[in-house]
Amino acid sequence: MPLTRDQIAKRIAKEVQPGFCVNLGIGIPTLVANFIPETMNVMLQSENGLLGMGQFPLETEVDADLINAGKQTVTAVKGASFFSSADSFAMIRGGHIDLTVLGAMQVDQDGSIANWMIPGKMVKGMGGAMDLVAGARRVIVAMEHVAKDGSHKLIKKCTLPLTGQNCIDRIVSDFGVMDVVKGRGFRLIEWAPDLTPEAIVKATGAPVEIAPDAKPMSFS
Amino acid sequence: MTSNSHSKIYQDAASALQGVKDGMTILVGGFGLCGIPENLILALRDSGAKGLTCVSNNAGVDDFGLGLLLHTRQIKKMVSSYVGENATFEKLYLSGELELEFCPQGTLAERVRAGGAGIPAFYTPTGVGTLVAEGKDVREFDGRPYVMERGITGEFALVRAWKADTFGNLIYRKTARNFNPMMATAGKITVAEVEEIVPVGELDPDEIHTPGVYVQRIIKAPKLEKRIEQRTTRLK
Repeated sequence: MPLTRDQIAKRIAKEVQPGFCVNLGIGIPTLVANFIPETMNVMLQSENGLLGMGQFPLETEVDADLINAGKQTVTAVKGASFFSSADSFAMIRGGHIDLTVLGAMQVDQDGSIANWMIPGKMVKGMGGAMDLVAGARRVIVAMEHVAKDGSHKLIKKCTLPLTGQNCIDRIVSDFGVMDVVKGRGFRLIEWAPDLTPEAIVKATGAPVEIAPDAKPMSFS
Repeated sequence: MTSNSHSKIYQDAASALQGVKDGMTILVGGFGLCGIPENLILALRDSGAKGLTCVSNNAGVDDFGLGLLLHTRQIKKMVSSYVGENATFEKLYLSGELELEFCPQGTLAERVRAGGAGIPAFYTPTGVGTLVAEGKDVREFDGRPYVMERGITGEFALVRAWKADTFGNLIYRKTARNFNPMMATAGKITVAEVEEIVPVGELDPDEIHTPGVYVQRIIKAPKLEKRIEQRTTRLK
């Protein structure tokens, strides 16, 4: 069995260190927040202008003026700050955000990512994704390893319009954890307990080397 | 118009938009539906001005915000980072009835900030090697490639704030700030729609987000719907 969405999120949460400022994208990345212990004093950044995003509000606390980048009503934690979009992206572009986690349609062996457009089909826009992949100190992708039709999503060269070039550090998919080794391909670090490294190599459309200390994942 | 010709306070949204003409570039604050100048957008629709270029992070939803002006075909071109909540938009764009310039969110914020600050262009790492950088100057600084982006200004900027004083000093509330401060700096005529207008002296100078020099016209919002796109709550 591949990993569940929650297991992917739980694994990514291990990448978060105490005191980090983290930006989480929409979808699986949002779930990562559920697995970051409160004692780590992590501040979540929402690029519409909030550092210190809290949980969803109680019905009585709902405030139309307090939303996250997914346009959901949220709360602000103690120590939070509000700021303009220009300040928000100065924070992101200027390398002040320790980690960003986002989804992807394709990632290639150069660490380039495509996640914002399917020409002639899906026209929604990139939002803040291009700034996040260009500016955050570390960029982790949460994604399904293989498309629903069985085609590869981790490939030699992205065929969809790029969101960013040479910017991805690590991929956590439902099959395992892989790093981008620039110019060489992917390196398998961990694999989903029910799968084999060979199965993951086969499910990847680019060269995969297996790290000497690669191991199966464990979820307690 | 008011009786005092020096006053920035206008009686209603329609009079505050006097001078809006076909073909103008209008900057509009807000993120999603949060912090949008609802009443000014309605008045812009009712003005009948056509062929507009609107610079706004999003395009509203089908029946609210800038989505209203897509329905009436008053917008010729949008400059936005994300329009995914608006089905009309996608349809008009794919059928070629609407021009669209996609601009990364941070680049959009910085382009408007730059425009308002008298900076015609700047270099950013965002978008290098993507469609966004096509046809633009790319230069290396300290070994990393950056793409040149242009500042943006507009004939009008429409923003929403929480409080204004009669000089036009503005304070925004929570995440309703978003793009509003930049838009306010980059309009030749900036119109602020606010929840409350107070006499000068009542706002603490240390708390002001947008100094009044940027604001030419102010209206008190007759009502605000403050529509929520995703009402998410927890039980306890």
